Amino acid sequence: MSNEENKKEEAGWAYSEVVKDHFFNPRNYLADSDGYKADGVGTEGSPVCGDLLTVWIKVDPETKKIKECKWQTFGCASAIASSSMMSEIVTENGGMTLDQAIKVESADIMNRLGGLPMNKIHCSVLGHMALHNAVKDYLKKNNGGK
Amino acid sequence: MKRTYLDYAATTYIDPKVLKKMKPYLADKFGNPSSLHAAGREARFAIEQARIDVAKVLGCEGKEIIFTGSGTESCNLAVFGIANFYKDKGNHIIISKIEHPAVLEAAKKLENQGFEVSYLNVDANGLVDINELKEALKKDTILVSIIYANNEIGTIQPIAEISEIVKNFRQKSGAVSLFHTDACQAAGALDLDVKKLGVDLMTLNGSKIYGPKGVGCLYISKGVNLEPVIVGGGQESGLRGGTENAALIVGFAEALKMADKIKISESKRLAGLRDYLIKNILKITRSRLNGHPEKRLSNNINVSIKGVEGEALALMLDKYRICASTGSACSSRKLAPSHVLLAIGITPELAHSSLRLTLGRKTTKKEINYVLKVLPEVVEKLREISSIKI
Repeated sequence: MSNEENKKEEAGWAYSEVVKDHFFNPRNYLADSDGYKADGVGTEGSPVCGDLLTVWIKVDPETKKIKECKWQTFGCASAIASSSMMSEIVTENGGMTLDQAIKVESADIMNRLGGLPMNKIHCSVLGHMALHNAVKDYLKKNNGGK
Repeated sequence: MKRTYLDYAATTYIDPKVLKKMKPYLADKFGNPSSLHAAGREARFAIEQARIDVAKVLGCEGKEIIFTGSGTESCNLAVFGIANFYKDKGNHIIISKIEHPAVLEAAKKLENQGFEVSYLNVDANGLVDINELKEALKKDTILVSIIYANNEIGTIQPIAEISEIVKNFRQKSGAVSLFHTDACQAAGALDLDVKKLGVDLMTLNGSKIYGPKGVGCLYISKGVNLEPVIVGGGQESGLRGGTENAALIVGFAEALKMADKIKISESKRLAGLRDYLIKNILKITRSRLNGHPEKRLSNNINVSIKGVEGEALALMLDKYRICASTGSACSSRKLAPSHVLLAIGITPELAHSSLRLTLGRKTTKKEINYVLKVLPEVVEKLREISSIKI
């Protein structure tokens, strides 16, 4: 196939290059959660709605920064890509503090993904909510993080 | 890598022979078929010949065929046309829960305007509940519309049996109770003889039968009246205003003739490939076939694969240049899972996990084997990511 034909084939994709990259090459997912020891776990969504995701975090006891963020997602391409991007945002540059993580919003994930089709935003960007639930789970188990 | 197109139920390419027949009417033979002069007569002649060709396939008279702009338009015309013409005789309409949106949305619109609509349930294989139909028919019933073969799951309804019930009721009760079937997916695979089927109205279109898009027809049995939806210059016996598009109509008729001629041999070939594909896809753990195991279109495969969302699956396949479709909410404009899959009683989760592959004239065993190589790999990858573990 010529380059020109390739370009035509790729045109009209509803998703950005970044979304495609994270969908086809998802980062930090947890293939098997058996035996994985997380400090906090959170879920969001429902299979009835077509999106269900779980997030696991490991927190450094000294710095209270998230040193590992794993996930599993049943959902469409944008749900998978936004889960993957969320896990990167949280763990890059040495990891976010819990205070920072709880403030991650869907817009933060969206912007980093280079946008999403309008009808996808509300239903498929759930990563931050599962993350918040994981942080809350950690705080509950660790005496409010103190 | 070659593209593997397995979405023929969405639309087909135009057969080269069909295209050849159309070409003169796109350029030189451009006359308005309503004009008196030679240029107009030339287009008129082609349209009337096409009408006769279509009528021959359907076993009816030419004047019982009107050309429209699509299958959707024909369905709309049948539903609105009957409802508005016969509204003084009754306000009740019966449709199945697995109609194409072209009928479903038209019926819903009428419901909002005050018509009463009964939605017939289907069984787990997608067959309409005949007893429920018998019970739903009443003196007010002006229209029954049931899809011949479903576009998503391929289930084929016993149209002749249904029309018999509707006709008997009509004769006994004096109700208008006309019967329309949407046969867009049936064309080229099933018998289209309107006398044998016993239908009063039937919709067909070009884009599923290797003809052009943007053209369809509605068979209207002699004696049945309609209120037009599009009014204007009185074209198509006053039932569809707008200058007829001779190229599209000629192409549609040619495609229908050709599809009908080869339907038995082609259906047999496709059914063989279909059964081979189904048998092997179902080797994927926790997968299931949606639709009837036997009474299904020869080109239709619809499966649900647990733990994998359909849009993600279709996009992964697209990366391998396989064109497929899904009943998942994420792929639809409405963000709701397929009403057809829900109607056959599968869970929303499995409806989101559906994949439809529809075969066509260029489909080869080699292509099927390619799909059977790629699909399990892609499913495995998505299941590894998935939060629904099987």
